[in-house]
Amino acid sequence: MAEITKLIHKYLRHEKKFPHVWCPGCGNGIVLGALIRAIDRTGFSKDEIVLVSGIGCAGRLTVYVDFNTLHTTHGRALTFATGVKLANPKLQVIVVMGDGDATAIGGNHFIHAARRNLNLTAIIVNNNVYGMTGGQYSPTTPYGARAATAVYGHIEQAFSIAELAVTAGAAWVGRGTVYHASLLDQLIEQAILKRGFAVVEAISHCHTQFGRRNRLGGPVEMMRWQKEVAVRVEKAKTMTPEELKDRITIGVLVDRELPVYTHELRKLREASQAALGAK
Amino acid sequence: MTANLTDPTNQGRPLLLQGNEAMVEGALYAGCRFFAGYPITPATEISEVMSWRLPAVGGTFIQMEDEIASMGAVIGASLAGGKAMTATSGPGFSLMQENLGFACIAEVPCVIVNVMRGGPSTGLPTHVSQGDVQQARWGTHGDHPIIVLAAATTRECFDLTVKAFNLSEKYRTPVILLADEVVGHTREKIVLPPAGTIEVVERIRPTMPPEWYIPYEDNLRGVPPMGIFGDGYRYHVTGLTHDVRGFPTERPDEIVPFMDRLFRKINQHFADIQMVVEDLTEDAEVLVLAYGSVARSAKRAVREARARGVKAGLLQLITLWPFPRGLLEPHLRRVKAVLVPELNRGQISREVKRVNQGMTRIDTLNRIDGRLITPAEILDRLVRM
Ligand SMILES: Cc1ncc(C[n+]2csc(CCOP(=O)(O)OP(=O)(O)O)c2C)c(N)n1
Ligand code: SF4
Ligand SMILES: [Mg+2]
Repeated sequence: MAEITKLIHKYLRHEKKFPHVWCPGCGNGIVLGALIRAIDRTGFSKDEIVLVSGIGCAGRLTVYVDFNTLHTTHGRALTFATGVKLANPKLQVIVVMGDGDATAIGGNHFIHAARRNLNLTAIIVNNNVYGMTGGQYSPTTPYGARAATAVYGHIEQAFSIAELAVTAGAAWVGRGTVYHASLLDQLIEQAILKRGFAVVEAISHCHTQFGRRNRLGGPVEMMRWQKEVAVRVEKAKTMTPEELKDRITIGVLVDRELPVYTHELRKLREASQAALGAK
Repeated sequence: MTANLTDPTNQGRPLLLQGNEAMVEGALYAGCRFFAGYPITPATEISEVMSWRLPAVGGTFIQMEDEIASMGAVIGASLAGGKAMTATSGPGFSLMQENLGFACIAEVPCVIVNVMRGGPSTGLPTHVSQGDVQQARWGTHGDHPIIVLAAATTRECFDLTVKAFNLSEKYRTPVILLADEVVGHTREKIVLPPAGTIEVVERIRPTMPPEWYIPYEDNLRGVPPMGIFGDGYRYHVTGLTHDVRGFPTERPDEIVPFMDRLFRKINQHFADIQMVVEDLTEDAEVLVLAYGSVARSAKRAVREARARGVKAGLLQLITLWPFPRGLLEPHLRRVKAVLVPELNRGQISREVKRVNQGMTRIDTLNRIDGRLITPAEILDRLVRM
């Protein structure tokens, strides 16, 4: 059997849940592929993985994979994941969110999850738009772009998700694109293996809602754009700010050792047990 | 505060506890090992005590960034196997509503305490109210069943917290425990029951081979066994309306049986869920129907009325929702009049009137000024009824 067919049989709810809801050519399928390849490489069993998602096109990912899956409410996936991880720290908890999901309605949860440094993996599929609800602007819609709620061009400035995660204190932050699929596999694998809060921003495309309105072409043209604007972080270090303007750095942005929440919690338990025991 | 950091349980001696503190003890007794919350008056003590009591028993306390997050974390913890709880007051309770609905539709056991204060909005943060009774019933959107209990004393705070966990585990549903500022903050004597003396219920888990497990399949009880993340029963949990396997559906022939079961699992267990306390009701001619702190005033008023020759009785509601209609109706058929005193503009009296259907006279007594209804106020009405 071809490698990919094996993975499909092993990880997808292939008999139950297909065809999927996504538009043909959507980047979400590539993220799904990268995720199962990465998980397969980490060697965790399906029972050990809890995949949590929010609401949106990206959020639909959980339904297709044969893990413990939890499709939550819009923006709140990280809060549910926090409870899962704390109740059973042995579980590997991976969270998939859209850009609106993670940084608009869920923005507060996102920065606090990063600050708290619980051992979670957050994958944010950034397609610069609210795909599921029909193409309204999101916190990553670029200034001037058109959206269903910005027909004359968007008047707000965009968030950079990966940089936001770095500033909020995430232990590990990486960014990839769905064009650079094998890099995305590696980033997700590293993020899962990292002890601490790890964020992967996956730059994706929504040709249906964002591409069409902004005359960016179909999936092929939009992925070509990803190829052209992306620059590896290692190379970016040698470039001037002018050269880096309108470019997107991909690779590992931050990898740092920070106190892990569950570890701190264990110490706290010991301290409180000692205190109560002593009376 | 540090001087207080001793384990109060299993000492067999009377303690002086606030209702809020007793709820913590009740939760620990019931096996709660996860608490997520956000500080708010008049519920804050619950978080504070949980923050040092839980780690000592190997549990987890976390102060989340808001009440939306607290509710999400509680649901996540319950799905991964823990008995989980949060506690809040009006503004925070409002924020919890969306995820509360998630717990209803995904059938995730959890306990939500709301120590009521005056509203709407920031309202009267330090004053008593019973203004969230209808919100507790209908606060989250969509048709859904819910269980809501109301405590009046420190002892009830303990007992009903245990009961709330039991009901939530048994019926796989969120259970809301309503207290109010007076109940939460009043210190009363309590002797905590030794471990093993009060029933503690655990959720039913699947025992069949995982490949046979159909997570939302109906059965006689209407409550499917619950797989726990990591135990080998991999399944899908979603807030979307789902089929018996847990996958989203839009088919009427799957939606209707699902919604029917959601209601049936509560409705067919009314006898177990609906609780009232009958106090001097046997020969009562006038009945006071009250709950929470107001029931305390009513208890005294009823006795004073009897001393003056008025045959009064008190029906204290423990279960507010599902409304214990069956336990009330026999009284409605018999008594001359019913008085419903409450700290809102008539949130339970409207339910009593709905059930009454002209059987007897229903009088109301309402206060919304942040003050408790006194025994004297109730007595004054009883002697004139
Ligand atoms: C509380 C709430 N508000 C609004 C919605 C409607 N809604 C569903 S998905 C979505 C936006 C999704 O955008 P994004 O997170 O970027 O995901 P995408 O669909 O682009 O993958 C919105 C606004 C909702 N489900 N819940
Ligand atoms: S609307 Fe956009 S994001 Fe959603 S499935 Fe279609 S292409 Fe993908
Ligand atoms: Mg999006």
